[in-house]
Amino acid sequence: MATVTTNKTQLTRRSFLMASATAAGGLLVSLYLDLPLLAQESGPPKLKVYPPDAFIEIKPDGKIVIQVNRLEFGQGVQTSLPMVLADEMDADWTHVVAELAPAADIYRDPVRGIQMVGGSGSIATSFTQYRELGARTRAMLVAAAAQRWNVSPDQCSTAVSVVHGPAGQSATYAELAADAARQPVPTSVELKQPVQFKLIGKHTRRLDTRAKCDGSLKFGLDLDLPGMKTALVARAPVFGGRVRSIDDSAARSVRGVSDVFVIPTISGGTAVAVVADKFWTAKQARDRLKIEWDLSAAERADSSQLLAKYRELARTPGLVAANVGDIKKMDGLKDRIVAEYDFPYLAHSPMEPLNTTVRFEGDRAEVWAGSQFQTIDHAAIAEVLGLKPEQVTFHTEMAGGGFGRRAVADSHVQREAAEIAKRVRGTPVKLIWTREDDVRGGYYRPLHVHRAEIGIGPDGFPIAWQHVVVGQSLLAGTPFAVMMKGGVDPTVAEGVNDTHYAIPNFYVTVHHPKVNVPVLWWRSVGHTHSAFVMETLVDELATRAKMDAMAYRRKFLKPDAKKLRAALDLVDAKSAPWRARLPKGHAVGFACHESFKTGVACAAEVSHENGRPRIHRVTMAVDAGMVVNPLSVESQFQGGIVFGLTQLLGAITLRDGIVEQRNFDGYALPYIGDAPPLVDVHIVPSTEAPTGCGEPPVPVIAPAVANAMFWLTGKRIRSLPLRKS
Amino acid sequence: MQTFKLTVNGQQKEVTADPGTPLLWILREDLKMTGTKYGCGIAACGACTVHLGGVPTRSCVVPISLVGNRPAVTIEAMADDPAGRAVQDAWVAEDVVQCGYCQSGQIMAAVALLKSVRKPTDKDIEESMGGNLCRCGTYVRIRQAIKTAAKQLA
Amino acid sequence: MNRSRAVTVPAILCALVVFAAWLAASPGSAEQSAKRNASDNPREVGLAAWQQIYSVMSHPRCINCHTAGNYPQQGDDRHRHFFNVVRGPEGKGVPALQCATCHQSSNADSTGVPGAEGWHLAPLTMRWQDANDKALPSSAVCRTVTDRSKNGGLDGAGLVKHHQTELVKWAWQPGLRNDGTARSVPPISYEQFMAATQDWVQAGMPCPQ
Repeated sequence: MATVTTNKTQLTRRSFLMASATAAGGLLVSLYLDLPLLAQESGPPKLKVYPPDAFIEIKPDGKIVIQVNRLEFGQGVQTSLPMVLADEMDADWTHVVAELAPAADIYRDPVRGIQMVGGSGSIATSFTQYRELGARTRAMLVAAAAQRWNVSPDQCSTAVSVVHGPAGQSATYAELAADAARQPVPTSVELKQPVQFKLIGKHTRRLDTRAKCDGSLKFGLDLDLPGMKTALVARAPVFGGRVRSIDDSAARSVRGVSDVFVIPTISGGTAVAVVADKFWTAKQARDRLKIEWDLSAAERADSSQLLAKYRELARTPGLVAANVGDIKKMDGLKDRIVAEYDFPYLAHSPMEPLNTTVRFEGDRAEVWAGSQFQTIDHAAIAEVLGLKPEQVTFHTEMAGGGFGRRAVADSHVQREAAEIAKRVRGTPVKLIWTREDDVRGGYYRPLHVHRAEIGIGPDGFPIAWQHVVVGQSLLAGTPFAVMMKGGVDPTVAEGVNDTHYAIPNFYVTVHHPKVNVPVLWWRSVGHTHSAFVMETLVDELATRAKMDAMAYRRKFLKPDAKKLRAALDLVDAKSAPWRARLPKGHAVGFACHESFKTGVACAAEVSHENGRPRIHRVTMAVDAGMVVNPLSVESQFQGGIVFGLTQLLGAITLRDGIVEQRNFDGYALPYIGDAPPLVDVHIVPSTEAPTGCGEPPVPVIAPAVANAMFWLTGKRIRSLPLRKS
Repeated sequence: MQTFKLTVNGQQKEVTADPGTPLLWILREDLKMTGTKYGCGIAACGACTVHLGGVPTRSCVVPISLVGNRPAVTIEAMADDPAGRAVQDAWVAEDVVQCGYCQSGQIMAAVALLKSVRKPTDKDIEESMGGNLCRCGTYVRIRQAIKTAAKQLA
Repeated sequence: MNRSRAVTVPAILCALVVFAAWLAASPGSAEQSAKRNASDNPREVGLAAWQQIYSVMSHPRCINCHTAGNYPQQGDDRHRHFFNVVRGPEGKGVPALQCATCHQSSNADSTGVPGAEGWHLAPLTMRWQDANDKALPSSAVCRTVTDRSKNGGLDGAGLVKHHQTELVKWAWQPGLRNDGTARSVPPISYEQFMAATQDWVQAGMPCPQ
């Protein structure tokens, strides 16, 4: 097989990238969009014959190098997508090596239309694509062998990187690779039946573990190039601030500093870049900058003021996000719950601080970034440098976590890096955001207020439910705004307006205030707050109806909520033994929620110490259709629980426009002592199409814990994070 | 700027740096050993953990001027250490790692624990690993892997 | 009687009284007058010296490591030390999270971490706070530090020596925080602290009621 694709220079030469002729990166991106992103797809993925040689290289020693068309940042895609391909290819799994593909047209998500990772969609959108790639490759190898032996291809079989002929002939994939490359790429292929899978559905350890355990695997931050400089940026204390004057004499006197200059930032702001030989030098210099900021045009967001304003807004109807039945039926209902909830801004804080390295040579450039949005970031950098995308090589680096923080429509980090690279032409420069920059730098899960008014019928179930959600829009002003209908941002209302509970008269409206705080999707997005509201309210309804929380949910869910019902049944069965033996002072809390088409249920065993919950155990069940790597799903769910616990502990607050937290000392995150020591994960067996596992575990844990806390304290939690009682 | 001599993974090194430079950045940039990670810079996350004079140490807050003649051992040397190897093997066997960025620090902390306590209890594990942050939430598997490594070393 | 002598003696006495009053009023003379009073009341001298000692002990630089719980404190607001550090069996932390994991034998001003030789928590017997992190009153702390079953068997001379250890001295050179500002120091100088210690020991280490 030809080895074109992994030679990155050749890839650029063969480039599949479309010519970009636009000055507005946003417009460029929307040309790439085939379908709305975070797609609630309107049909099967557009089938396309993806050329195997862009994805697979068979080396003479038998190693099979597979290009992964999206970022690996801990979700395990670097293992699971190769599993899918290797299975259909009948490849020897022990010979498989995965690589993160650079930015190129051929690697765009086949459904979403841009190269990206997010929305828990990697398997959902690339499952069939990678299966077909594997099947095509296998077919070409078999065709080559059949030719060689003068037999018919259907007389041959394959297993573990070997083709077998009808009369005992055999040849390895490595031996056949060159001949196979000369075969025509078949336009249609037959895929395996699930019963034939050798890898898909099996517990498989990740490919990158050893290298991540011995210090050898390099993340973006670890990149080292000859002559490389490091850059830090001093940004205004208030979003959108501008530099009025700088005294950089002390900064420049730090040995190793090469330059200090102003760069533009998004939203019309400016900031000061420091370029130096090393990180510590750059930090010393940045600390010595004396900058006068012009904050006159910058709105000064303030958390307590926003909360007050949002609570006011929540008492008025907004833009309609759901309208079922007739909400006026509320008028006749005397038995009501009225509840108001509030949620703070949250930072993603992936362990690897944000970074991007750019080398600009005038007529070309090279970029290294752990990007969740390669297509968009690639276009943005090219735009800043005045180049066409095909003049820019964009390498995808392994990233230390993302959770959405590396998927930014305005590519602000990449733009900063490009602005700096422009000034240090010929020298590679690594832009680093320190942890302080990250905690204070915005792009948070937004602050939200919910107000729900529920009119309950005599059987204890809601007859009318009026719900207002207040929160900044994530999509407005970005290319993804095409997904907004009637001004409603679906990523704010999701989890409420698309609930799987049967509410006969349901009226959901939203307000999207414009606030001068950049906001972004935080692992599971709108479900982070909506699931908390829905699942604690459902528990409260169950209590009022004097029904068991599980039984109430079974009755309340729509009949066709198949995945949630399956998950509930499984969690019930698996947690029943320990629920029956709860020690004194322990309570169990339930929650179930569907997000990204995956149904999840959990039961949490909680006790209560000094005003804080202590979680002893969580049992989870998930219906995600067909699962590629159950071991990876188990990790994702165990990990997603911990991520969800951030909601109970952490908050980013602003006072008079300034973020109050600085680093992990002020922004409380879950450590091992905060996490349950036991989390068992159970997968509903399914042959349905695979759906996501990265985000679905996150929304359920906070409400499950809150529900348990009610049994322990008698108090309903309506405000996060938890405060000492 | 000053010249400092230090021993890293058994090898003598010499660097010229500002005395206040944290050992973390000396390792990563002067010595090009990027296995030890920068996560926060304020000793809050443990990603920068090395062993200094046998003591698990957060290298992001120890200036090179305070290292003295204490030998430094980093993640890069763990494969050659029996406890290090056992921990790495356990990490692979239990499929601990997700993004992996915190794991150098987790492993250095786990090795320090196992060198000191042969059969750590749940409480030992929770206390010793209590300051190592993981945003992917691999804690459940870390607990299990430490127990697996302890059995291996017994 | 000679008339001039009769006038002079009262004048001298008057001047002496005025001079004594002036002496008593000037700040530097507190010690002097205490010493003068010592011959009258050693206990008063000792108690006054103890108040000075207590003003140091109850300062964050000292009391932050004389906690009643499983953890140290940090900062002038004496919040519980971040990052889940715990006491450990010997007040030095636990195997993979020791005090020495971050705190070196001297201050790391470039990174904002304080340090001194032998950085560790005072034993629980030497706690100067209650279970709610509230500082104990002067009388209780005095009784604790003079209780040889709690203070490691130290007599007066031993206590003086303890006040000369590096870790105690650190309180007056506590280094910079990571924002570059200097940590606050106790309300009296180290020299004054040592002089007060000597006075208190000499006076028999009296404790207030």
